[in-house]
Amino acid sequence: MSDAITAEGLVKRYGEVTALDGLSFSVPQGTMLALLGPNGAGKTTTVRVLTTLLRPDAGRATVAGCDVVRDARRLRSYIGLSGQYAAVDEHLTGAENLEMVGRLYHLGAKRSRARARELLERFDLTAAADRPVKGYSGGMRRRIDLAGALVADPPVLFLDEPTTGLDPRARAALWDTISELVAGGGTLLLTTQYMDEADRLADQIMVVDHGRAIARGTADELKDQVGGSRIELTVSDAAELETAREAVAWVAVGAMRTVPESLRITVPVTDGPEALRQVLGRLAGTGVRVRDAGLRRPTLDDVYLTLTGHQASGTDEQVREAAR
Amino acid sequence: MNALTLPIADGWTIARRNALKIRRSPDMLGGVIMLPVVLVLLFAYVFGSAIHVPGMSYREFLLPGIFVQAVIMSAQITGYTLTLDLQKGIFDRFRSLPMAPSAVLIGQTVSDLLMNLAGLVVMAAMGLIVGWRVHTSPGEAVLGFGLLLLFAYAFSWVTATVALALRTPESFNNIATMVSFPLVFVSNAFLDSSKLPAPLRVVAEWNPVSTFTQAARELFGNTSAALKTSDAWPIRHAVPASLLWIAALLIVFVPLATRLYKKAVSS
Repeated sequence: MSDAITAEGLVKRYGEVTALDGLSFSVPQGTMLALLGPNGAGKTTTVRVLTTLLRPDAGRATVAGCDVVRDARRLRSYIGLSGQYAAVDEHLTGAENLEMVGRLYHLGAKRSRARARELLERFDLTAAADRPVKGYSGGMRRRIDLAGALVADPPVLFLDEPTTGLDPRARAALWDTISELVAGGGTLLLTTQYMDEADRLADQIMVVDHGRAIARGTADELKDQVGGSRIELTVSDAAELETAREAVAWVAVGAMRTVPESLRITVPVTDGPEALRQVLGRLAGTGVRVRDAGLRRPTLDDVYLTLTGHQASGTDEQVREAAR
Repeated sequence: MNALTLPIADGWTIARRNALKIRRSPDMLGGVIMLPVVLVLLFAYVFGSAIHVPGMSYREFLLPGIFVQAVIMSAQITGYTLTLDLQKGIFDRFRSLPMAPSAVLIGQTVSDLLMNLAGLVVMAAMGLIVGWRVHTSPGEAVLGFGLLLLFAYAFSWVTATVALALRTPESFNNIATMVSFPLVFVSNAFLDSSKLPAPLRVVAEWNPVSTFTQAARELFGNTSAALKTSDAWPIRHAVPASLLWIAALLIVFVPLATRLYKKAVSS
């Protein structure tokens, strides 16, 4: 199978800040890759380079066989982009926005109009089709923006943090929509800060930090690397923390973290349910009053801590400021 | 589509988008339609009762000047709209599409030209109501409006350049106001510039606003033998001088704006 996206040694600097530091990866045709990382890791810069919005300082990349620099115009007819900030015109209606995009893909007036109606229906926006986007909710805006990326039915799709800033319900709805898209067989590159989002939508996840790829694999492979699940235990009194730590230490497979202020202990374990049963069993006779105990999947913070040895740091704002 | 038809077709799509936007923003449309009405009434009745020009009514003298002023004001919408769009993600969308990059500015300036045309129509109607008349042939009158529209189009590229260099609506508005007021007032648009003190007179004579006003006066026949105009070359040859100005503005500012647009959107 050939690669729909290839990147070799991409470098992009904004003054002092290095947004991309020799990033290399490829995405086989018909698969979905999620770039996972905190703000400022270089995810958006990667998407901007691959969609020809930004020229890399070094390295080369191709999308659908077209070079991002030399073959930019042709490349653009093979991609759809939906950005972090909904790139739609507020004063235009949903239908007008999509029709305009269709015309700019050179689908022709009639086909653009038909395609707009088709997508509005598919994204459940028919009722709002003829209202200016200005009055849309955040979720509706994201949907119309996503629809804009699909107007020409492009073989390669880029979604840059598609659900950032949405409430949980709108996020779940958008996930359903994206999953359906992906089932259609196209190639998808998605960026996200959320482990669960990457997990839910992508075949493969690549963890990015400081403009470099630091790990790649399926969601389960990555989670295993960071110690599978975690036990989180909260006690009632600071005096009980020491006893609790001793009980928890029996099942720990990695570094234990204690937050005295919130009386909480967190520890990575392998067999989650069994480990939790053991811990609670050991604590039963000690007089420690357990206020809360539970299993939790690793978060992005856990992945970061384990894979990079430091907390997620640096923000998009810093990178963007440096870009000015 | 080839390299020539692509920018035109895409530019038209963008122009249609802008026309829809204008229709949906009553404030912008109100500005373009109401501003000329207010200007005509204000100058015709307030200045008109205090200023007298020899051999003709002040209102006939005034209207071509108001036309030029309105063109300068309306052309600023081009720049202002671009700064607003720069703040949003819409240019990212455009740049990820297989469209001609130049189409964004072409479309913007073309739709603003249409808006300027609407403004001129309203203003001419207002002028006719307060007593302005065309004394030349219909052909010359059409040339007069054509010249004003060409100036409007060329000036749109100037405001686009300024906007793409400054990039925020606030700073653009400040600069635009600071430059356009002296430009319009130190000219022959509202008064007989030959009466100004020497340094101001020279500035007024070579000010393009004076050139366009004089050209419009000649083409509409709003001149008087009793009114002694300046001997400066651009006033004596106002129509060819206006065409030269238009050509010069386009030659300088179309490439400049295009370059600044690429720079503004690729950071």
